[in-house]
Amino acid sequence: MEEFFQQLTNGLAVGGIYALIALGYTMVYGILRLINFAHGDLFTLGAYLGFTLLVSWGLSGVLGGLAVAGVLILFAMGLVAIAGCLLERIAYRPLRNSDRLTAVVSALGASIFVQNAIMLVCGARSQVYPTGILPTTIIPIFGVDVSAMRFLMFGFSLLLMLLLYGFIHKTRLGAAIRAVAIDQDAAKLMGIDVNRIISTVFLIGPALGGAAGVMVGLFYGQITYDMGFSFGLKAFTAAILGGIGNIPGAMVGGILLGVIEALGAAYISIAWKDAIAFCVLILILIFRPTGILGERVAEKI
Amino acid sequence: MSEHYLELRDLRVRYDNVEALHGINVRVGKGEIVAILGANGAGKSTTLKTISGLMKPSDGGVYFKGKPLHTLHSHEIVRLGITHAPEGRRVFNTLTVMENLDLGAFTRNDKERTAFILNWIFELFPRLKERVEQLAGTLSGGEQQMLAIGRALMGDPKVLLLDEPSLGLAPILVRSIFDSVREINEHGVTVILVEQNARAALKLATRGYVMEVGNILIENSAAALLEDPEVQKAYLGGS
Repeated sequence: MEEFFQQLTNGLAVGGIYALIALGYTMVYGILRLINFAHGDLFTLGAYLGFTLLVSWGLSGVLGGLAVAGVLILFAMGLVAIAGCLLERIAYRPLRNSDRLTAVVSALGASIFVQNAIMLVCGARSQVYPTGILPTTIIPIFGVDVSAMRFLMFGFSLLLMLLLYGFIHKTRLGAAIRAVAIDQDAAKLMGIDVNRIISTVFLIGPALGGAAGVMVGLFYGQITYDMGFSFGLKAFTAAILGGIGNIPGAMVGGILLGVIEALGAAYISIAWKDAIAFCVLILILIFRPTGILGERVAEKI
Repeated sequence: MSEHYLELRDLRVRYDNVEALHGINVRVGKGEIVAILGANGAGKSTTLKTISGLMKPSDGGVYFKGKPLHTLHSHEIVRLGITHAPEGRRVFNTLTVMENLDLGAFTRNDKERTAFILNWIFELFPRLKERVEQLAGTLSGGEQQMLAIGRALMGDPKVLLLDEPSLGLAPILVRSIFDSVREINEHGVTVILVEQNARAALKLATRGYVMEVGNILIENSAAALLEDPEVQKAYLGGS
């Protein structure tokens, strides 16, 4: 029971991070039908930007731990959002009307570029986030000692997801994003500037990815220039699991994948952790390619 | 015709290597209902798409109150007061009726005016009011057409472009939709109506154009077109 609870909370914390990254994949796919392969590397960029700010500005002496984390995350979100927007302008917009495959190749190229740029600037060795920023308090729940940090991570992921959900469903700009995802030409006829909407999506998705990057740094402590690959692949799996293009699907898929992976690692073997995640991907592609939530269907009855 | 409110001048439009419009001229006066008739593939929808900016001319241009439209983006054209209910309705299936209508007012910031127009749309199409919370994709064809027109009206248009509003609808619904179009026009909205249902369109319109494979074949008052033997034979099923 203790093992189960430890792994469940661990899975939720990691799952929240997967979900945040998955949202970036799914939103871009929803609007451009493009897998933004560079998204995982934008996540890495967020982790490194947070790290740079943390060690160079010496924030931890001035502010409390949680405030430091908050500032780091906001800072990384802002800068990674700008990077995402630039990425779209440079790597995707000029190819908007060309073959789908062309854009995919460009996405792969952008991924290699961002990853290598991080390596050249920050070095190929892993970096370690200074410890002691987040509280290391242990909370006993049902007699099981669980690290408060996990709840903090999961809670913050949930908060960002709720904010996004509210934005998409309750605001005019959010409705415009949904409209562009459904039918670009019809959206244009509503007076919606489709390019502006695409830029907005390339601000929001990378911002969430950047936040996830800092969270991984704070949570695991260690970051590497190529960690965007594995996290990106997991998050992509999560997006497919929930139904690619579907925003609540990415949230559910991310959390679910995190939990499945953690429990699988505990009860089967830690060495099989990645294999379990990708088995989930294969199974979902075979048995339910539209994902758990799939597309929100409204056919005539 | 009062003035050249909206004018297409020597308009040529291409899809890749095929020219769909071979230099057409259309003039629409303020407050008119102008019908554009013709068979499938005549270029009627292309004409409307070029006015609303979804397609760009390869030559010639579209002018609204003397100013060129063809250099603007679609979303800018909507802001000038030209809205388009496209062929096939193109409602946002997975959004609710109300969300669809709200998106129609995307460019408008005058809340009072928008509320007034919304009320008017619900008077024109009471069925939409009953179904505001329903997903647009679950509506019947006729209701989707009402929604497409209502959504275009939410933009508070000066000119409304309607592409085949009667397509696939039962005759009784067609009549009701056309009655609504007349009422919309009586509220001061200029209407350009693309139709295959030529008889119904000409009864409603002030003037009409008959198109054939990318050219304007005939241009005349609606009454004269209804009497024209050639039009009768080709588009009104004889008489």
